[in-house]
Amino acid sequence: MSASALPKSVDGMLELLTSRGYLAERSLATVAYLSLRMGRPLFLEGEAGVGKTEIAKVLSAALGRKLIRLQCYEGLDVASAVYEWSSAAQMIAIRLAEAAGDTDREQLSSDIFAERFLIKRPLLQALEPDVAGAPVLLIDELDRADEAFEAYLLEILSDFQVTIPEFGTIRAPHPPIVIITSNRTREIHDALKRRCLYHWVDYPEAERELAIVKSRVPGISAKLSQQVVRFVQALRDQDFYKSPGVAETIDWATALTELDARSLTPQLVGDTLGALLKYQDDIARMQGDTLQKVLKDATSET
Amino acid sequence: MTTIDHLNPPTGYMADNVVGFARALRAAGIPVGPGAVIDALNALQAIEIGNRADVYATLEAIFVKRHEHMLIFAQAFDLFFRAAEDWKHMLDSVPLPDHAKKKPPPASRRVQEALAQPSTREEAQHEQQQELKLSVSDKEILQKKDFAQMSAAEIAEVTRAIANMKLPQAELRTRRYRPDAKGLRLDMRRTLRSSLRTGGEIIDIRKLGRIEKPAPIVALLDISGSMSEYTRLFLHFLHAITDARKRVSVFLFGTRLTNVTRALRARDPDEALASCSSSVEDWAGGTRIATSLHSFNKLWGRRVLGQGAIVLLISDGLEREADAKLAFEMDRLHRSCRRLIWLNPLLRFGGFEAKAQGIKMMLPHVDEFRPVHNLTSMEGLIEALSAPPPPHHMSRIRSAA
Repeated sequence: MSASALPKSVDGMLELLTSRGYLAERSLATVAYLSLRMGRPLFLEGEAGVGKTEIAKVLSAALGRKLIRLQCYEGLDVASAVYEWSSAAQMIAIRLAEAAGDTDREQLSSDIFAERFLIKRPLLQALEPDVAGAPVLLIDELDRADEAFEAYLLEILSDFQVTIPEFGTIRAPHPPIVIITSNRTREIHDALKRRCLYHWVDYPEAERELAIVKSRVPGISAKLSQQVVRFVQALRDQDFYKSPGVAETIDWATALTELDARSLTPQLVGDTLGALLKYQDDIARMQGDTLQKVLKDATSET
Repeated sequence: MTTIDHLNPPTGYMADNVVGFARALRAAGIPVGPGAVIDALNALQAIEIGNRADVYATLEAIFVKRHEHMLIFAQAFDLFFRAAEDWKHMLDSVPLPDHAKKKPPPASRRVQEALAQPSTREEAQHEQQQELKLSVSDKEILQKKDFAQMSAAEIAEVTRAIANMKLPQAELRTRRYRPDAKGLRLDMRRTLRSSLRTGGEIIDIRKLGRIEKPAPIVALLDISGSMSEYTRLFLHFLHAITDARKRVSVFLFGTRLTNVTRALRARDPDEALASCSSSVEDWAGGTRIATSLHSFNKLWGRRVLGQGAIVLLISDGLEREADAKLAFEMDRLHRSCRRLIWLNPLLRFGGFEAKAQGIKMMLPHVDEFRPVHNLTSMEGLIEALSAPPPPHHMSRIRSAA
């Protein structure tokens, strides 16, 4: 896949995403386009399963860039996010130098802190030049990392360079396309958000969701896809602890087609509800009359 | 692709409009810096103005950095750029005055008075003073005296005492390491670097130990009528601990839930309390604990209870509509935090029994039930905050390992 040029307008961005099967809201396409044009990180916040991570994958594929993903977790540190020295290889190098009779200390220290002993982690990889153009750097679920990492990230995102004390400064010739996602399990600091273009990714409207299901679940009947989307949209209006996201809708639609379903029945929904709702309290609420009512609305012919 | 000149943003009517709009947003409570205005001008140049929705999305992406500001932005945008037929007009329409949107009105006078005048109960105060004066010094009287029975001068005294309270650093081991001679983990990088001084011979081994940090605290403070004598002092207390630690979130609830974390960050306690009172609309009204807990669990639980937070629920538990919903929400809150401490000023009465339906519903779901009505009990609370987690949490961790 050859690298394609950056889109020239919001419509261009929308086409680019649609051509890859990502049906984005126009507002999301606008923000994504601006983030490319202005060279600013894109900060996507929203409920789980609304397609935040997906857009990074789609963008990198559509632009023919390398995708570098950094999954955040608590305690993520420089050694696993940016770089690490390979101590084992260094120790071997020291022993070899000893065996060869090299006793020059200065020489030794510059030898063992050479680039070949450097293990590059995602953030450093993203700063490296790439023939296809600057890579897409996906920093996934930043809210899971702690504040200390966030502060470090802020530094990298401001000037796209990393200083390694024993080695020197590595600077990106072209800044990567940065996409940060957060599920809001913690509030991200304002300082970082200020550097970015912010977008809240919401659940899609029924019409868009139907188009997404049809494009993602090939072979689903028109009737079933309509019922599935109506049912899920009705669930989101209920006050659940965790409403189903688009990913869940696609999972459920896939599950139903695997079971060769033609249309929704109470039995079928009851058996497959685990693909949509992931909390026992929520599933318990969706029994009996509530289920019947929602199902009746979803399957009624209009 | 044309390059954008960051130093010379476009000028003219569009610039005036965007600057005016940014001012309107600031007045409406959305923080907008001058950098964002320059970004907005550049971004508007990058898109072709011809479509209202695109301009909206562009400005929103730049000015709105928090989900809860989106609604304010939408209203401000509609007000400021009246539904113009043709977007080209935006370039030469007359900028609106900058008071397009007013700040929400500050809290009513009743609120100010409720805050400024802690009520006194003369007789009770008198009796208690008589009783205590026989045995202890003035300072100790203040230590044990119920907040609800203090005079304004005593309140001021207590406020000063609260401001001087020091939180011991409650230790919560994080998953981050720092150099530590007594640590358990080998720091290969520093060990190797120090070995170079001896020509590659490893003589001293460098170690890493875990960094310990105080656990985040989330306070849910009941501000209903029955709690009104205590509310202000608790806010002082929360302000004192917010100052000392970085991670304290404070929510007030009466009939609805309000997040006042940011308001409490002001250095000066009076300023902090004033901005708290202006952001809350239901001071000293009724209580709807279940509803408030529900909205906390739904909207905030996952956002502030991560990283092993301790929850302080400060309420008298006098809830009229106690039903299964209350127990359910308490249970959910209990299961999503490291420790749930319920502070109840009613516990000051020796013969206190959990008779109220609401209290009975809530009690099974708390790790600790403490009085909080005088200085001594507040100091006790501070000790409790730095104590190790209760045993059942430890066993849960062990069985999971």
